[in-house]
Amino acid sequence: MLEKALSGSKKYWTWIIFLLAVIVVGFFSYMRQYNYGLGLTGMSRDVSWGLYIAQFTFLVGVAAAAVMLVTPYYLHDFKRFGKMVILAEFLAIGAVIMCILFIFVDVGQPMRILNVLLYPQLHSVMFYDMCVLCGYLAINLIVGWTTLGAERKGVHYPNWVKPIIYLSIPWAFSIHTVTAFLYAGLPGRSFWMSAIMAARFLASAFAAGPSLLIILALIVRKVSKFDPDPDRNAIPSLVKIIRYAMIANVFFYLCEVFTAFYSNVPEEMASFKYIFVGIDGHATLVPWMWTAAFLAFLGIALLVFPTRKNPVLLPIALLSIYFANWIDKGVVLILAGFVPNSFDRVVDYIPTANEISIVLAVYAIGALIVTVLYKVAISVREEQQA
Amino acid sequence: MSINRRQFLKRAGVVTALGLGSSFATIGIGDRLASAASEYEEAPNADKIKHWAMVVDMSKFKTEEDINRVIQSCDKIHNIPQMDSSKDEIKWIWYDDYEHTFADSENEYLDETMKKMPFIVMCNHCENPACVRACPTGATFKREDGIVTMDFHRCIGCRFCMGACPFGARSFNFRDPRPFIKDFNPNFPTRTQGVVEKCLGCYERLEKGEQPACAEASNGGLIFGDLSDQNSEVYKIVSTKFTIRRKTQFGTQPNVYYLVGGGDHA
Repeated sequence: MLEKALSGSKKYWTWIIFLLAVIVVGFFSYMRQYNYGLGLTGMSRDVSWGLYIAQFTFLVGVAAAAVMLVTPYYLHDFKRFGKMVILAEFLAIGAVIMCILFIFVDVGQPMRILNVLLYPQLHSVMFYDMCVLCGYLAINLIVGWTTLGAERKGVHYPNWVKPIIYLSIPWAFSIHTVTAFLYAGLPGRSFWMSAIMAARFLASAFAAGPSLLIILALIVRKVSKFDPDPDRNAIPSLVKIIRYAMIANVFFYLCEVFTAFYSNVPEEMASFKYIFVGIDGHATLVPWMWTAAFLAFLGIALLVFPTRKNPVLLPIALLSIYFANWIDKGVVLILAGFVPNSFDRVVDYIPTANEISIVLAVYAIGALIVTVLYKVAISVREEQQA
Repeated sequence: MSINRRQFLKRAGVVTALGLGSSFATIGIGDRLASAASEYEEAPNADKIKHWAMVVDMSKFKTEEDINRVIQSCDKIHNIPQMDSSKDEIKWIWYDDYEHTFADSENEYLDETMKKMPFIVMCNHCENPACVRACPTGATFKREDGIVTMDFHRCIGCRFCMGACPFGARSFNFRDPRPFIKDFNPNFPTRTQGVVEKCLGCYERLEKGEQPACAEASNGGLIFGDLSDQNSEVYKIVSTKFTIRRKTQFGTQPNVYYLVGGGDHA
């Protein structure tokens, strides 16, 4: 089926070449980092994880979000998602590959990364994270490819896929839960050490992931003859999921804020102060966090009121929710966990240009994978319609 | 005998799987481990020590010189690089003021002299080390004598241990440290770019029956010994004097005790 990605319009190839260019630039940046060391990033002894790990965290959520379509469609026979579910699975594939790449570019000795499997440490959450991520990638590749292949031949997908589809449902929850446990189990990082972390991760994932998916579906509708939502009822259903997930996410966040500030425990409050008002003049994250807060409420408002039916306002609402979650999880959460440091000092982190170009390249690889997979899916569907 | 394509592939697959499996079983586990283990001998007193611990007698650190002497003794023999930027800093033993070392024991009425009083800090060689729990490769591990140590060749540089350590005891080689080593000691390994490092409790000196370098240079300010031995000096101090430890609330059971205002200790 992959050959279908090799023929496309001029616009398609321009987009592919653009992505390849970003990847090439990032590749050279990575070679520089590989030779010099992670000192080329903004990370330091005090803020020892930066944008890479933050993107990883955020994208695990995007990957997990496929379950919001898989569960209704396969488990509850909710037919409306029939055309979109393949887009969700293929998006998950791109997102998981980006996650793996972000881990890869973050480690100091990438050639040794398989030590995690060679010397498995059953007490380390990172071991489990590697297992669940690789498993989730395999599941989505198998399910996505087989179901689409069957559809192309005009037959029902084989029965052996069914158990794997069911397995993908708890597996999706597990990837984001385990990712939350990476942080929530660390003593001395009070911003992360919270029981609601995993729940909040899932809520924000189920808001951000499907938001991106709808945006992509709208693009697919625009650039191809295949309409992922021909009856105009799948997207409104997904919007409901996004709305409640985002409300739950904001609620969970406010629970964290209440616990920190009503208890008045200095350690609990410190990181929140750092991200909302700054500490001792250190306020690099403050504008980001207020932007995220504004976008979160804007997005919820636009989806609660009938504005959600407006074709112009809907994408704005979805982008607001997507970026609110991206700032919260893909920028602020990881950085603020390190502030103040173990000595109650504030050390800021500013990513370098080299680091940002690597981040962009990983996103471009993800976009390339999703583009190619979507191209295949679209071509198969267009054939069916013809 | 004739077989069709399907049967051939099936049988070839079985044979390959058997071959691969048995080769893993023979070369993979048994022999290699046994031959590797026979190359090493246990240190002479390895089985006697059960619980190394350190007492920092604050009364012995009167001047800045007292502290710097201790820090330099470690930096020198362990090839600690002096990096240009604080971002890339490598620290095994260093000092910070009371206010920051014991940030959770805030007392707003404390005067400036007390707040700024320097405290020596290092890896606490915790009883329940959070770094060991977090490490995905076993590069950081706890020895039977209590020292939390590292295998720099196994570390992948994921820095999960740095997130896990509540004491800020770990440093990462953000760049090649070797050009920044002032006095190179050929008897101790240098580290490579991209791995984490920290105080290793002078394992190389302990196995020769010597005190850690910092303790030796401290003129009695750092008392190092076996907490499981009731006749040891560290046991006597820790059990009868009022000592404080950093961040005990996390249950890691740090093994560095600070004897504050203790005067003569034993």
